[in-house]
Amino acid sequence: MESGALFIAKVTITSSMAVLYATIGEIFAERSGILNLGVEGMMLVGALTGVATVHSVNSLWAGVVAAMLVAGFFALIHGFFSITLRVNQVVSGLALTLFGIGLTDFLGRPLIGKISLKFEPLALSPLDRIPVVGQIFFNHPALVYPAYVLVPLAFFFLYKTRSGLQLRSIGENPSAADTVGISVSGLRYLYTFVGGMLAGLGGAYLSLAYTPGWKEQMTGGQGWIAIALVIFAMWDPLKAVGGALLFGFINAFQFYCQAAGLTVIPSYILRMLPYLFTIGVLVVITRWEVAKKRVGAPAALGIPFEREQ
Amino acid sequence: MRLTLRKRLTPLSWPRLFLIPASILMALILGGFLFLWVGVNPIRAYLEICKGSFGNLYNFSEVLVRATPLVLCGLSVGLAGRMLVWNIGAEGQLVMGGVAGAGVALFLSPYLPGPLVVPAMVMAGFIGGALWGLIPGILKARFEVNEIITSLMLNYVAIFWLEHLYFGPWRDPAGRGFPGTAMFPDVAWFPRFFGTRIHLGLPIGLAAALFVWFLLAYTRWGYEIRVVGANTRAAQYARMNITRNILWVMVISGGLAGLAGIAETAGIHYRLQQGLAVGNGYVGIVVAWLGRLNPGSIVVISVLLGALMVGGDQVQITMHVPSAISLALQGAILFCVLGGQIFQDYTLHVDRRSKGPTDRGEPRRP
Repeated sequence: MESGALFIAKVTITSSMAVLYATIGEIFAERSGILNLGVEGMMLVGALTGVATVHSVNSLWAGVVAAMLVAGFFALIHGFFSITLRVNQVVSGLALTLFGIGLTDFLGRPLIGKISLKFEPLALSPLDRIPVVGQIFFNHPALVYPAYVLVPLAFFFLYKTRSGLQLRSIGENPSAADTVGISVSGLRYLYTFVGGMLAGLGGAYLSLAYTPGWKEQMTGGQGWIAIALVIFAMWDPLKAVGGALLFGFINAFQFYCQAAGLTVIPSYILRMLPYLFTIGVLVVITRWEVAKKRVGAPAALGIPFEREQ
Repeated sequence: MRLTLRKRLTPLSWPRLFLIPASILMALILGGFLFLWVGVNPIRAYLEICKGSFGNLYNFSEVLVRATPLVLCGLSVGLAGRMLVWNIGAEGQLVMGGVAGAGVALFLSPYLPGPLVVPAMVMAGFIGGALWGLIPGILKARFEVNEIITSLMLNYVAIFWLEHLYFGPWRDPAGRGFPGTAMFPDVAWFPRFFGTRIHLGLPIGLAAALFVWFLLAYTRWGYEIRVVGANTRAAQYARMNITRNILWVMVISGGLAGLAGIAETAGIHYRLQQGLAVGNGYVGIVVAWLGRLNPGSIVVISVLLGALMVGGDQVQITMHVPSAISLALQGAILFCVLGGQIFQDYTLHVDRRSKGPTDRGEPRRP
């Protein structure tokens, strides 16, 4: 068996992926001004779609693509209610999650317990032969590697491109953006869809790579943790990686203790750790932001946009 | 030609009574498509659901049993919601209430006179939930931390602790097949009524609804809650202590959910076991919202959703449709009601002008 440290490092990476994809997706949605609390529901929809598609067509990547598309469209329900109907986004997002849980519980019943295809670890040679680092980062199921590209891409897009500037503007000052001719509603729909797609990718990662197969509510609250991580990351993709890795580390630590038979920390406390960690992280970051009198949230987050007529 | 939604100058008030039933109907129609997808005749399915909940007196009693925790959780979420505090943690508070009450039943009942055991359990249930609700309350009041996430995370923590207890230190020494604690002594069982499974929890729930109604309508604190919820700035100018209000609201809100927990534990299961955390806290959110945060409506909606869930169980037995259909239907109902509300605040306009780049249907200003 590989050394404890290596095990923890590798599992940190694999445990952080689902929540990382979902967090980046929600960052895009919230940067556009749309608060989408439906992440848990979208991840579940993605997870189920992935498994169901793989069962039908026997192709893992088809499952991934299907998961992303279906979750994206699922997110558009919230988008419609939030953007066009301008309802309370908290209620709409909660409704999306509840609906997603109910829908996937219901439709997923026949798939419970069925053995599924899964992404096997794929060593990216020659990178994986770099001592230490190679094994930690480059010997994982293939669904991990898109994240290595996604994060820098997201950062670059958000801060260094004109489209990214437009995205940030519709979240900070939609009326000003509207005056300049930017389609606030259109772009919000787009980024809501993007948020859904990435949440679906996170869900598909869970059902096709991390814990292959389908089980009711298999995301175990990671959608909610992603929402908290968005706040922790102060809506920045790079900081999101930090938060996701912290979460992954807690999970890895938990697995290591259980695998190594360490009973000094009881197993039920180990299982609680990710959730307690999320609360702790949220408290710390909120106090820090309040102390600095700076709230990083996009100014128009959660506020329906209305052109005065 | 384009459709636009224009804000009304004054919101409509008359459609409210028929808007919710109409939206529910819409949701049931959409749900019909779900049934079709899994190859089931929707009309037959809905008939089975109605039969399962209203077909006979016993079935209806089961609906009331199912509605009992929904009333309490709905009141829990609804009361907090009146102050714009989102208590998503009712599920965990329910669990903690059940645990606290079970603790009294299992370990304190030998030391208490018989008639005091049940009241002590009820009090413990309330306190257990109240303390669990206090945590996100403190975090919000003192540190301005988002209560949606903190209360939700605590749900998971509570459930893990519950499982630890009934798989571990509180495990039934007689070791019955189904994991859980020992059965409570007879003196700790909630009484049941009319030869059905309706138990003490129902009158507790109804009394709680009366209490919340009275609290909101006739007490000064209730008035403060409503003002903070309606206009926080005004509340601040009136020097209402928002911090204290948040704490108290979360205490009572948590306590109400805790009552739901002890009600389920001592009224149905008579022990702590799997099947306590089945989502009542989350359905409570739906109940509170559909009931417009209003105690009377919450009771009515609880019965309706209880009927939907009991009917859903029936449809699973007779037509092999997973009972989770009722969960999916609830989500659909929530969306349809959300959407239906739009007509109160907006009108639909058809613009016959052509779409220009800056055309907003008004003349250009010089």
